[in-house]
Amino acid sequence: MSKTDRRGLFRLGAAFGAIATAASTGARAATVAPPADNAWSNALGAGVDSRPYGRPSRFEKNVIRRYVPWLSPTRNADASFTPLQDHHGIITPNGLFFERYHSGRPSIDPKDYRLMISGRVKRPLLLTLDQLMRYPSVSRIHFIECPANGATEWPAAQLNSLQFTHGMIGCAEWTGVRLSTLLDEAGLLPDSRWMLATGSDGAHMDRSLPMVKCLDDCIVAWGQNGEAIRPEQGYPVRLVVPGWQGNVNVKWLRQLEVGSEPWITREETSEYSELLGDGKSLGFTWAMNAKSVITFPCPERSLTGGPGFYQIHGLAWSGNGRVKHVDVSLDGGVSYHRAALDGPVLSRCLTRFTFNWRWDGKPALIQSRVTDETGYVQPTIAQKHKFWGRDPVYENNSIQTWQVLADGTVNNVQLS
Amino acid sequence: MSSSRKVLLAVTGFAAAIAAARAGDAPAPSYKGIVPAATLEVWRDLGTGNGALTHYKPATPPGHYGIGTAPTMQQIGGWTIAVPPDGSNLPPGSGTVAAGEKLFSSDCAMCHGGFGEGAHGYPALAGGVGSLAGAAPQKTVGSYWPYATTLWDYINRAMPFYAPHTLKPDQVYALTAFILNLNGIVNGKFVADAQSVKRVKMPNRNSFNWKDPRPVTHNAACMKNCAPPGSVRITSSAAKMGLTPRTTGPVDDMKGSSK
Repeated sequence: MSKTDRRGLFRLGAAFGAIATAASTGARAATVAPPADNAWSNALGAGVDSRPYGRPSRFEKNVIRRYVPWLSPTRNADASFTPLQDHHGIITPNGLFFERYHSGRPSIDPKDYRLMISGRVKRPLLLTLDQLMRYPSVSRIHFIECPANGATEWPAAQLNSLQFTHGMIGCAEWTGVRLSTLLDEAGLLPDSRWMLATGSDGAHMDRSLPMVKCLDDCIVAWGQNGEAIRPEQGYPVRLVVPGWQGNVNVKWLRQLEVGSEPWITREETSEYSELLGDGKSLGFTWAMNAKSVITFPCPERSLTGGPGFYQIHGLAWSGNGRVKHVDVSLDGGVSYHRAALDGPVLSRCLTRFTFNWRWDGKPALIQSRVTDETGYVQPTIAQKHKFWGRDPVYENNSIQTWQVLADGTVNNVQLS
Repeated sequence: MSSSRKVLLAVTGFAAAIAAARAGDAPAPSYKGIVPAATLEVWRDLGTGNGALTHYKPATPPGHYGIGTAPTMQQIGGWTIAVPPDGSNLPPGSGTVAAGEKLFSSDCAMCHGGFGEGAHGYPALAGGVGSLAGAAPQKTVGSYWPYATTLWDYINRAMPFYAPHTLKPDQVYALTAFILNLNGIVNGKFVADAQSVKRVKMPNRNSFNWKDPRPVTHNAACMKNCAPPGSVRITSSAAKMGLTPRTTGPVDDMKGSSK
């Protein structure tokens, strides 16, 4: 580069500086945009080297996972909730995917990672991450939902928030090897009816899974929405058990042990089991039944523009297959109207629905109700209470009612 | 609802009671008379999808891809820690109630209380017998856990919370003996070992159903006149419960201030 060139560059830089200074002194602040330019339109923006790994706008800094402080005495064995009120579309951003830890989040160096396949198999296997990733892989979009999603709402409407009533769910594209591929490679011995998946977190979190599900659609996944699975979701490898309750999708997966009977772990007796009344209990609950919720409006997103047009939108899903249709009620369930399904409708996956609404400014009780491809229709909370009582912890898939007040405020209510 | 009525969830699971307004008018249904089916048969049916697996054909023979190595017996043994109800994977060793009491006082009582009554919101390990059918069920090892092998397994794999899977087998046996004794399931002279633990009959052993006996909660795909006009009544509202952390601004720790 010649001296002249360098001088030229210097002058150019000085000129930029002068313009930036003029803009920041507020010389043009008296003119509102439009017609004037905004300040950022008169400045040179940041370069491609400023954010090697991107992040949301600083104005989105409060779109974050949140927790309910009184649910657990320690953050290391707790849950955080996805902000569904800011969830656009069916894919949950990796940084917003809800968390559930039993002994905190481990930090795992992938070069130290091993996956063991053992027990009732012909050829036990020990795989490094590189070896695991050499197997034929698939990519599938599935939701994962904690069975305690909505647990606080079993006895009554308690949390005035979409994030906290429905946010223990996320949906991602999971990339990995089919579990059946690995089990075929190891070779199942006769009477291999169950498999124990164990994590390498402090809890050594483990769940027994019926072999019939293992050989169906489970994935040993290392990819989440196009990048490595986040540490919060099990980096470097987690099990994905489509449609089944979150905790069986074991994170930080280290061992697949094949056996003939379930192991009856603490997580399938003391936890993730349900009292049925009269002192009896239910040991295994697995598939998440069909559920839907309106994500706009919601307690966090009121109707701020007065009467007029609003598009209601929301999410529907079923652990037993595809969403068939979604109906929306504006009068607390006296009548329903068919909503439009928007975007892909995939099995065991979030499905987006919309309903165009011209709000007259009067109080309303809005609901969504999903029907899945098995014909199952999402129940009301009154029906759940009638059949299951008010005391369960898990599997609250009832219809959510949002009360819209005349001023546009939205509250979480339950109906008779 | 006052903060004292907010019932804390069990530390490593969401199975304990959730803060319950109990504003209800409908009594809980009873499943009285349900007798759990023969456990092994149910487990076999569940595992194979009622025999559907007999037709399973592997896509490839074992070793088809040839990727990976064979773990040594030592490697398999080190990671295969799960103990099923038949106790088949319990290691050699033993522990007394007295040894367990000493260890419990130093390593466990700060969270679980000196007598396993629970502390600071961490789970109780003893008590609650006879409470499961009532309005305030208390799930503890003694009142709820169906197998003593699960107690050994969980202490071994996950405890103590701050240093999981660091206890020696003798220590795990001792703690198992002490916690069973706290619950009155074994006497003070009990010595826990591979034989005695699997023989312990837990009080709640026969109360577990492994298939859901509850009716499927049906709804109708009704579109019009689904309820009589005017019959819709709000039975509860979360608006004034005071239980909801803020969902705007920084994370709300509900301590009156936030960072």
